[in-house]
Amino acid sequence: MKDVSFGQYYPVDSAIHRLDPRLKLLFLIAFIVVIFVANSFWGLLVCAGVLLLAVLLSHIPPWKVLRSVRGVIFLVLFTAVINVFFYAGETVYWSYGVITVSKEGIIFSVFLVLRLVLLVICSSLLTYTTTPVALTDGVESLLYPLKLIRFPVHELALIMSIALRMIPVLTEETGRIQNAQKARGADFESKNIVTRIKAFIPVLVPLLISALRRADELGEAMEARCYMGGKTRTKYKKLRFGWGDLVAFLIGAAMLAGVILLRVYVGGVL
Amino acid sequence: MRIVAEHLTYTYNEGTPFAARALDDVTLTIEEGEFFGILGHTGSGKSTFVQHLNGLIRLPSSQKHPKKRRAKRGEVLPPAPVLRVGEFDLTDRKTDFTALRKKVGIVFQYPEQQLFAETVKDDVAFGLKSFADKKSQPSAEEIERAVREALTAVGLSYEEVAEKSPFDLSGGQKRRAAIAGVIVTKPEVLILDEPAAGLDPLGKKEVARLLHSLHETWCKTVIIVSHDMDEIAENCTMSAVFEDGRVKYVLPPRELFKHADELLGMGLDIPLVAKLCRELSARGIEIDCDLTADGFVKAVLAKRGQA
Repeated sequence: MKDVSFGQYYPVDSAIHRLDPRLKLLFLIAFIVVIFVANSFWGLLVCAGVLLLAVLLSHIPPWKVLRSVRGVIFLVLFTAVINVFFYAGETVYWSYGVITVSKEGIIFSVFLVLRLVLLVICSSLLTYTTTPVALTDGVESLLYPLKLIRFPVHELALIMSIALRMIPVLTEETGRIQNAQKARGADFESKNIVTRIKAFIPVLVPLLISALRRADELGEAMEARCYMGGKTRTKYKKLRFGWGDLVAFLIGAAMLAGVILLRVYVGGVL
Repeated sequence: MRIVAEHLTYTYNEGTPFAARALDDVTLTIEEGEFFGILGHTGSGKSTFVQHLNGLIRLPSSQKHPKKRRAKRGEVLPPAPVLRVGEFDLTDRKTDFTALRKKVGIVFQYPEQQLFAETVKDDVAFGLKSFADKKSQPSAEEIERAVREALTAVGLSYEEVAEKSPFDLSGGQKRRAAIAGVIVTKPEVLILDEPAAGLDPLGKKEVARLLHSLHETWCKTVIIVSHDMDEIAENCTMSAVFEDGRVKYVLPPRELFKHADELLGMGLDIPLVAKLCRELSARGIEIDCDLTADGFVKAVLAKRGQA
C-alpha cells in the first residue's frame, strides 16, 4: 500500500510547480478537450510532446510519473480490447457472430489507449506539482462565478482539500492496521484470492471507524475555532498571474490551436 | 528466545525526497527472560527496530528480489546485517515468517484501534485461527479454552465480555482485549509499543501490573517501547536508549539513569526518583537506591540513621 502515489504532492521546486494553479487546472481541462479533438496521430503526438516537455520541466522523475499509469492500466487495456472486438468498422479482417475485428476498430482502440494514458499522466502531473491548498484555491477561484447563483463554492473547495489531505493519512493508517493484523497472522500475500480478500475485512473495519472518528474530531476542532466559511475569510497566500504563467498559457493555446488546425486542414485517420 | 541484532540499518522511502534514515547500524542483544525497555524520543527508530523483530519490516536479503549492492571502486560496503530471533534467521528469505510471528507477538500503539470483530471472543480468536493451518483449524472447544485463558490473563472476565461487541467495552477494557488478541497464541516474546499511552496514572499502574504477571506466566521475554522513564525504571531489568537511529546505551535502568545529564541532553526525561537523587547529590548527599519510591524512602531513612 506504499505506492498510492496519485494525489501525493511531490515536493521539489520547478517552473511547473510555480505556475498559477488556476492556469494548471485550465490547462488540464484544455488538454482533455484537445486529446479528444485530435483525430490523427500527429495531433496526439503534439499533445504528447507538450506533456513530455511539462514532465521534464517539472523535475519529477519520469518513472514516478509513469507509475501513476500503472493503477489504471487494467482498465485501459480492458476498454481497448472490448473496442477492438465490438467497434463496427468497414474494413473487416475477421468476424464471428457479433464480434468483428476491423481496421477502424484497431485504430480506434490504439487512440483510446493513447488518450487515456495521456489523460492520466496529465492529471497526476497536476497533483504532483500542486499542493492541495493551492489546488483548492485554484478551484475556488475558477468556480467564483457560480457564487452568483448561490452555489456553495467555498464549501466545495474545502471538502475537496480535506479529501486530498486525507489520502496520505489514510494510506499510512492502512499500513499501520495491516501491520497489526499481520502480526496476528493475517495473510495478505496468499496466492488464494479469496483468502486475500477475506484478510482485508480486519483492516477495513478499523479503517472505517478511524476515518469516521477523524472526521468527527476535525469537525469539532473547526467548530471550536469558530470556523466560518465564506466572505469574511482572508487568504494567507494570494494567487497571482505572473510572466511564467503567460508563457505557459501561450504554449497551451498554441497546442490547442495547432491540433484544431491539424484537424481542419489535414484531417484524421478516423 | 535470544534476540541478536547486528549492523541493522533501515531507511524509509529510500531514493525519494521523503527518504528518512530510521536505523543506523544498530547492534543489540536481548537475552531470553528479560523485561527489556527500549527508550527514545519520537523518531529515534525504536518502533522501526521492534517491527524488524517479527519480520513486519524485512531485511533486504530476505525479500523476494533481494537487492544486492556492489561496492564501487575503493568503497567499503557496510558489514552485512545479522538478525536472529531464537532459531529464526531473519536475513534468510526461506525463513517461515508466519511461524516467527506466532512466537513473537507485537502489541502496537493504541491496540484497541485494531479491534474489528462482532464479539470480543471472535476478535481474540482471530490470531488463533489465522495462525493455524487451513486443514487443522482449532475446534470450538479449543478456541473457547484459549480465549478464556487469554482474557483471564489480561484481567477480563470471560463470562462478562466474550459475547459483547468490542466497541461496547470501556477504553481500558478495549486495550486489555486487544492485548489478549495478541497473547492468545502464547508468543514467547511479547513486544509492546507504548502500552500505557493515553492512560491515566491508575491505568498505567494496572498495565504495568498486567505486564509483570504476563512476564511471569505467559511470555518469557517482554519488550516495551516507551518514552515514559518511570515506566521503564520501575519495571525493566534491562534497557536500551535509541537516538537518531543509533543505540546510545544498553544498561540496567539503575545504571542508565546515572547518565542523567546525557539523557536530559537528548531531550529525554529521567524518573522522578532519579531526579531527587540528583538534586540531593548536588547538595552533597549521595543516595544509592533502586528507582522505586519505596526503595528511595528506605535509602533515605537508612542514610538518616547513619547521620
